[in-house]
Amino acid sequence: MKGRFGAGALTVATWVIAILFVFPLLWMILTAFKQEADAYTDPPRLFFSPTLDQFAGVLERGFLPYLSNSAFVTVVSTLFVLLLGIPAAYALSLAPVKGTSNALGFFLSTKMLPIVAAIIPLYVISQNTRLLDNVWALIILYTSMNLPLAIWMMRSFFLEVPHEMIEAGRIDGATLPVLLRKIIMPVVAPGVAATALICVIFSWTEFFYSVNLTAARAGTVPVFLVGFITSEGLYWAQLSAAALLASLPVMIVGWIAQNHLVRGLSMGAVK
Amino acid sequence: MATLSAPARTEPAHAKKAAPKRGTDTPFKRRLPLLPALLFVVAVTQLPFVLTVFYSFQSWNLVRPGSRHFVGLQNYLDVFADSTFLGALLNTVVLTVICVFFSLLLGLGLAILLDRKFLGRGVVRTLLITPFLILPAAGALLWKTTMFDPTYGLLHNAIGTDVDWLSEFPLAAVMAQVVWQWTPFMMLLILAGLQSQPKDVLEAASVDGAGRWRTFTAITLPHLSRFLQLATLLGAIYIVNSFDAIFLMTQGGPGTASTNLPFYIYQRAFQGFDIGQSSAMGVIVVILTMIVATFALRLMFRTFSVQGGAK
Repeated sequence: MKGRFGAGALTVATWVIAILFVFPLLWMILTAFKQEADAYTDPPRLFFSPTLDQFAGVLERGFLPYLSNSAFVTVVSTLFVLLLGIPAAYALSLAPVKGTSNALGFFLSTKMLPIVAAIIPLYVISQNTRLLDNVWALIILYTSMNLPLAIWMMRSFFLEVPHEMIEAGRIDGATLPVLLRKIIMPVVAPGVAATALICVIFSWTEFFYSVNLTAARAGTVPVFLVGFITSEGLYWAQLSAAALLASLPVMIVGWIAQNHLVRGLSMGAVK
Repeated sequence: MATLSAPARTEPAHAKKAAPKRGTDTPFKRRLPLLPALLFVVAVTQLPFVLTVFYSFQSWNLVRPGSRHFVGLQNYLDVFADSTFLGALLNTVVLTVICVFFSLLLGLGLAILLDRKFLGRGVVRTLLITPFLILPAAGALLWKTTMFDPTYGLLHNAIGTDVDWLSEFPLAAVMAQVVWQWTPFMMLLILAGLQSQPKDVLEAASVDGAGRWRTFTAITLPHLSRFLQLATLLGAIYIVNSFDAIFLMTQGGPGTASTNLPFYIYQRAFQGFDIGQSSAMGVIVVILTMIVATFALRLMFRTFSVQGGAK
């Protein structure tokens, strides 16, 4: 409206604001490639000779077992979510019966229950069933944490399957499995994939259950990072490298899924 | 999938499935695909809470084995007489309200900036969502060290003060980190709202000579209200449970200055080993959440219908 100059200025302003906003993150990436001595300077040092020492240090500190725990918990719990969630989303969208909205409301309400209110019995139960510091405890909890969200999200994708296609399939004599495989899945597959990515993000970043229910054996990546609070002030560069390594997988997943992120975050309410 | 295909595969040739009507299956059979998910979620999310209620009527400290006994409402009386609990309750309210408000405001601003075509828009959007994608634990440690450190921190260099943010303004420091982390979430939801505006209405407003501000307040804001409500509600659900930032940045301190309810319950349970009292706190938190959620939902729907009527 103000002509080309105004639009250009606004673009520059947008870029400046965006870079300022993510500056802590850019600084972390920069610090990850510093020697510790370069990380503590006043004023902060922008130019330095980059090194990979900190990444080596993180691996030496025993990062890999935490990484593999995180990967295992995330992948298995996401598979469980799909296994339980796809039939449920189907039942709540394409074959609804009485009580459908109650079930949907119930799933949503579980997201409002503060997790801190359940942690004590979960701890006691885990202790009595030898699930303490065991990846399976996290897998069970992350499945139930993500399932309501996944059902809502996948339901919104299932609802987009044209009704005529299903009816036509039924008239042609297709059974339910055939209907699912030949007609429904091709339409909803991208949505299911997006849902899986959202579940991966939430499982990977989960902190509360992981810190309270796991330790050295089954600890996930956030638990590894907690090890840095005791050594505050001494290992900034290594901490930055660890934070970067721990966040990188989920950052990549998030960038891939960014067009579906809104739908996931709003549980399917916003496309 | 397994539950779906198993029963049907045994009778592939049956003509009954070919019927065009949907009502051929029994109601039970049609509910069957839903049941595994429903039972699983009930078992994992509801049963523990029932146990929390049960524990809350007991005196039970893990440090004193064999001392477990039924005490009725004593835990609840103790909790309400506990000034730290009340302080943590206040901190939780302050943290949630302020963080939701500021991340919503910042998210709105960023979404408006992104709601136009410009060079590198995709890159800027990707940059802006990234604080939400990194591990919250990594974000909290990052702010604690490289941002807030009184000697080498970036804030010290940017503003030039030697303020030790984490001990002088612990709650504000935690809130700054939480706002930074949640702004992208708000931005994405609001951006989706902005982009779903009907283009013809905006053009009509422009043709009628409405200025930008007038168009924004008269058309865009009413259209956005549904998205703002959703963002507020979802943001509040997550932020009220904030634990990572407090655990990693301040440990609730100094003293109890930045202790919120999730952190205090964690402390009583895992450092004080007081199962009975921390369970009572958990029950109180759930009741408060239910009350607030009900009122918030009602209030928001009322606001929505008023604005919708004025449109």
